[in-house]
Amino acid sequence: MSEPWEDDVEGPVKKFMFINRKSPYGTVYALESLEVVLITAAFDQDVSLVFSDDGVFQIKKGQKTDGIGMKNFSPTYRALEGYDVEKLYVDKESLDERGLTQEDLLVDVEILSRAELADLMDEQDVVLSF
Amino acid sequence: MAMLHTVNKSPFERNTFDSCISMAKSGSSVLLIEDGVIASLKGTSVSDKVSKAMESVTFYVLGPDLNARGMTDDQIIDGIKVVDYEGFVDLTAEHENVQAWL
Repeated sequence: MSEPWEDDVEGPVKKFMFINRKSPYGTVYALESLEVVLITAAFDQDVSLVFSDDGVFQIKKGQKTDGIGMKNFSPTYRALEGYDVEKLYVDKESLDERGLTQEDLLVDVEILSRAELADLMDEQDVVLSF
Repeated sequence: MAMLHTVNKSPFERNTFDSCISMAKSGSSVLLIEDGVIASLKGTSVSDKVSKAMESVTFYVLGPDLNARGMTDDQIIDGIKVVDYEGFVDLTAEHENVQAWL
């Protein structure tokens, strides 16, 4: 008998949104979110990723973690495309407050206003906040 | 002798930084560590507040924490001194006591 996860039947696809609001490294939230995103993508779900507030620092270019003895997991965001996670959104206001622009980010994202993000959030089946 | 204050939370996420600068006496020092380094960035909506606090308090930022978050020395507010872990130890030794704002 095959295990359930080996069955090649298509289950329901839900719209999942992950909201990343915290700076990387200071807490474990950013890394944990990334893990759950990858798991969700492995189950062929419809994944959207939002970076807002200090979460925008998760995808800041040029992270060098040698000095703090922690793994730099930022290259993983560039690999998300390979898992069909292509809906990456950034809150414009959060970037502006921090003096950052699209140029400072290591992945291609769609920059949205809070009103646009609210609409997007409204369309989801599941919203998870990290 | 002066006090060393350390701030380890982002000024965008907690009010730790505000609490610290509201109680840091003239001549004391503030060292930004962990997510606190975000306060040292130039051109943010909090940088004017930091610059103002720098009129009476000396600011330091921990370089390794800055670099981990993708920031370099040239992206921080002029006048904030970058230190490494040895510098952190020196600051601790040079000040009379340390107040770690959590």
